[in-house]
Amino acid sequence: MANRFATYLGNIVGTVTTVFEGLTVTCSHFIRRPSTVQYPDRTDLRVQDTLPFRYRGILEVDLEICTGCLACERACPIDCIVIDATKDKQTKQMVLTRFDIDIAKCMYCGLCSEPCPTGSIHHTPEFEGADFSLESMIRRYVKEPVAAYKPKKVETDAVVAPILERGMRYLEEFATADGAPASAEPDETESAA
Amino acid sequence: MREFLDGLIAQGYFPGVPPEVVYAVGIVLVAAIVIFGFVLNVAGVTTFIERRVWARIQSRIGPNRVGPQGILQWLADGIKLLMKEQIVPTDADARLFTLAPYVVTMGFVAAFVCIPFSSALIAADLNVGILYITAVTSLVVVGILMAGWSSNNKWSLIGGIRSAAQIVSYEIPAALSIFPIVLITGTLSMQGIIQQQGWAPWNWFLFYSPFTFAAFWILFTCLLAEGNRTPFDLPEAESELVAGFVTEYTGARYLFFFLVEWGNLYVISAILVTLFLGGWQVPVVSDNVVLLNLLQFLVFFAKSYFGVILIMWIRATLPRIRVDQLMTTCWKFLVPLSLLNFIGTAVWVVIWPNGNRPVWYLMTAIGFALLGYFFYRVRFHLRRSQSQLLLSPFS
Repeated sequence: MANRFATYLGNIVGTVTTVFEGLTVTCSHFIRRPSTVQYPDRTDLRVQDTLPFRYRGILEVDLEICTGCLACERACPIDCIVIDATKDKQTKQMVLTRFDIDIAKCMYCGLCSEPCPTGSIHHTPEFEGADFSLESMIRRYVKEPVAAYKPKKVETDAVVAPILERGMRYLEEFATADGAPASAEPDETESAA
Repeated sequence: MREFLDGLIAQGYFPGVPPEVVYAVGIVLVAAIVIFGFVLNVAGVTTFIERRVWARIQSRIGPNRVGPQGILQWLADGIKLLMKEQIVPTDADARLFTLAPYVVTMGFVAAFVCIPFSSALIAADLNVGILYITAVTSLVVVGILMAGWSSNNKWSLIGGIRSAAQIVSYEIPAALSIFPIVLITGTLSMQGIIQQQGWAPWNWFLFYSPFTFAAFWILFTCLLAEGNRTPFDLPEAESELVAGFVTEYTGARYLFFFLVEWGNLYVISAILVTLFLGGWQVPVVSDNVVLLNLLQFLVFFAKSYFGVILIMWIRATLPRIRVDQLMTTCWKFLVPLSLLNFIGTAVWVVIWPNGNRPVWYLMTAIGFALLGYFFYRVRFHLRRSQSQLLLSPFS
């Protein structure tokens, strides 16, 4: 009897003290700075600029360093990349006539950018890709036929060099734990995928 | 009011109109002005403030886009709801279904008749004021039950029945917690109760004795339950009952239910402020009656709005309790405790008919000590989390 009465009083005391303690916790939250990011118009920086280098946003192709090897087209699991490349009979060089990426289909898996030998195809931090028609969501990167890039030992062209440097840096990020860049063995990544 | 209308009639403003008609029209006009000028706005702004307070407690910002700081959000929501189609389900009892929101609103608005905003600003200082408010706010449950039954929907019905069970149960400890004040003052009139308190905390009935201090919190809990507020919002528990008794409602009728829900916060706080927190009492700082009444109104409004914010804060703090816990809380804890309070206060009043001054001061000191301990704990949590502070309510 006495024990049950003690339990009863304990319940009352427990209720009062826990509610009191709960109110102190919420009151302390009440005067903290909210963690809301007021996207898109009330942020200190553009949200895209705050995202990490490897953020998987909309795909982009740097045609200056695209070798036309079609590795990305083969790697894409849902065939959202379409490339037409022909060999020019006279100059013996690959010529890109078409490089389309269907952003509506793309699932941002990043498998295309891993086998790319130069880091030409890569994700950008842009993510605002909404549009009114599926047709306009196909990004056509080749406006007119363009010669594919030929890898050299040392890049000397002032325009291409920084783009290539950025591309290689992008690939570095894929490096596996033992230091070997995943792009060195594109076949392996493909089979593993 | 009546004298004012008599004066107008004597001056010949309404030739050939029977005085009864003038009184009736006058009363309706005053009611409309009070409802549209005060009640609707308070309820509306409360929804906005609740969302902001709640958001800040959850580390969010809340609505801040419509108007400066989002202050017009409640108008936008209201207009949106008013423009929606009002659907009456095919199998519903159409007559009761359309009537229910008005019964609920009537019960809520009628409570404002007896709320003393200042020493002069009260619609009718009934000599049974607090009893009238207790009775009239119970009309809300009739409307809720009507809505739940006539919707012909299981969720609505369960919501309505839960609400009825809840309000009927919690009326008892609520009434038993009002009794101590009636015992002390010997009156049921709202103005009479306030006039026996003072402006200073050590003249409030909250600190009159340990029993009234307990009665305040019991009454607060019971009024939360009667207003269907968290942690007692079982009639409209979203996770179980969709929206409870408002499940089938759309448009303006839905708006009425929510008007009542948020307007009720103000009524709850006003009752508590009147009974325990000194009502509109201010130190006499001026001979000007109008100025004094304005000050009294502001003090009363500030006190009751603090109560409203406390209720919002509790909503953000406590989880919803189960139905069996709801009944256990009421019948096993609140009813015995409030009975104890009642008997204790009765004995207290017999021993010290004019109140025990030292105890009154001691309770005030204990109350402020608790408040101090509260802020000490808040500081503890803030220090432990090492987070940035933002004291400004704006964002």
